[in-house]
Amino acid sequence: VNHIVHNGGLYKRPFNEAFEETPMLVAVLTYLGYGVLTLFGYLRDFMRQWKIEKCQNATEREEQKDFVPLYQDFENFYTRNLYMRIRDSWNRPICSVPGAKVDMMERVSHDYNWTFTYTGRVIKGVINMGSYNYLGFAQKAGTCQKAAAKVLSQYGAGVCSTRQEMGNLDKHEELEKLVARFLGVESAMTYGMGFATNSMNIPALVGKGCLILSDELNHASLVLGARLSGATIRIFKHNNMQSLEKLLKDAIVHGQPRTRRPWKKILILVEGIYSMEGSIVRLPEVIALKKKYKSYLYLDEAHSIGALGPRGRGVVDYFGLNPEDVDVMMGTFTKSFGAAGGYIGGKKELIDYLRICSHSAVYATSMSPPVVEQIITSVKCIMGEDGATVGKARVQQLAENTRYFRRRLKEMGFIIYGNEDSPIVPLMLYMPAKIGAFGREMLKRNIGVVVVGFPATPIIESRARFCLSATHTKEMLDRTLKEVDEVGDLLQLKYSRHRLVPLLDRPFDETTYEETED
Amino acid sequence: MDIKNMKNYLYWLFCQFELITCSYLMEPWEKVLFYTFNITMLFMVLYTAYIYVPTHISMAFQFCLHLFGNQHENAVSIVK
Repeated sequence: VNHIVHNGGLYKRPFNEAFEETPMLVAVLTYLGYGVLTLFGYLRDFMRQWKIEKCQNATEREEQKDFVPLYQDFENFYTRNLYMRIRDSWNRPICSVPGAKVDMMERVSHDYNWTFTYTGRVIKGVINMGSYNYLGFAQKAGTCQKAAAKVLSQYGAGVCSTRQEMGNLDKHEELEKLVARFLGVESAMTYGMGFATNSMNIPALVGKGCLILSDELNHASLVLGARLSGATIRIFKHNNMQSLEKLLKDAIVHGQPRTRRPWKKILILVEGIYSMEGSIVRLPEVIALKKKYKSYLYLDEAHSIGALGPRGRGVVDYFGLNPEDVDVMMGTFTKSFGAAGGYIGGKKELIDYLRICSHSAVYATSMSPPVVEQIITSVKCIMGEDGATVGKARVQQLAENTRYFRRRLKEMGFIIYGNEDSPIVPLMLYMPAKIGAFGREMLKRNIGVVVVGFPATPIIESRARFCLSATHTKEMLDRTLKEVDEVGDLLQLKYSRHRLVPLLDRPFDETTYEETED
Repeated sequence: MDIKNMKNYLYWLFCQFELITCSYLMEPWEKVLFYTFNITMLFMVLYTAYIYVPTHISMAFQFCLHLFGNQHENAVSIVK
């Protein structure tokens, strides 16, 4: 089922992506659970309204009771009554560098998660499955740290100016040339904040009279940038090329809504790896469609740069395509490079235009010098230019870890979403009580995971998200898998109805597997 | 040993019930309210079943017999 590839001639390697359907019984029970919690939520709201219970959340002041209500919509109801009950799985304070292992501060709550107190103990050596530390550059010692410390003493910590005024350092120029060489594009520009890269540059590229075709599950920064630009936005189904082609055809044939004039520009917004699903964009097909209908492509490689591809150059390298086919290549340095900020790469005319007209270049402070040096050192490490093979080894180790971890979890019988090669592994939980229980049970066993529910995911599809790293050794992965197996049996999380035949003990091969129906 | 395994298994089943109906997340007084409501409803259903189900079953049985009885007479008359 997974090996059938449409447009097979465009893909040089098998594209294995699966989103198993929610079992009917599980969906019914999840709705039942949410129904019970909603009833109790109404009861608690009633008690808070009539002062039977002390109200600990935010409410309007007495003088504002006649104004438009601020806290009556569903999201606030959900926050007060459902999120508060399981809040101890989020915002956990850590007190060491978040590498492969992290130290966490222990905290307890005596009033059901409304307030927390610290016991004073530190939980040491928690295996970190939640940081976007794909290549393991979140370290406190090593070449990156030494170089960044040197630049800190030379340039200071802050720039205190925008790129266009006094904030353009020679370090920034060096970084931009390096990033352009890394991506294989003509020119690149970097910004201080990854979110701002998207939200401030899309308005500079498109405006009224243009059309934006954006994927269903795009990140909030892309959605915000698209809305700020004032262009017409149309949504196509997630990673669905038939839906995209239909929208493109309709756009070309019918033009703008009332005047029927042709669109000034059509921009397709996609991401390299979608962080909630773990799916990889069908880039060869998107590029073929873009060329056929003469539109532009904006690729957001926040999670895929450094994490995919044989040389770590992202999703374009993974599919073996030409970087010049993508018009605007955007990415962030937050995930694989252990720094902060974002970049946009493309043709020289485009980047020169963005240097003048981007909102971020005009108004936002430029990147801090030690951060720039961290990025320069880590990019050189990945490219192998500093002489060592650490970068290449890490890229390979991440790919091995990904395939091993995903295969083992699928064999155990969990429902795992996404592509076989993506280092983001969402494990489906569905029921609201299991979200809190999973987070707590894993922390008891010294493993830190991120659990996600509404509103980041659809309401019944809550999940636990594992982010793999190149610094996770096989022992750490095996220990995590053992604990996940145990917790899965304890909480009954093994919903999958497809049973994989377990492979014989062949280490990290690229193999096919038979699938048997249970 | 079997009693201990049985008790563990029953406790595990109770935990599954708690997780599915989200009473794992409730405060103790909410749990008391929820279980009281559930046990009351269950008791009422079982009591109603105890009173009415035998009567219903015997009525259904008599109806079936009535049907078969008629058929038997008809069959006999045709054969004759």
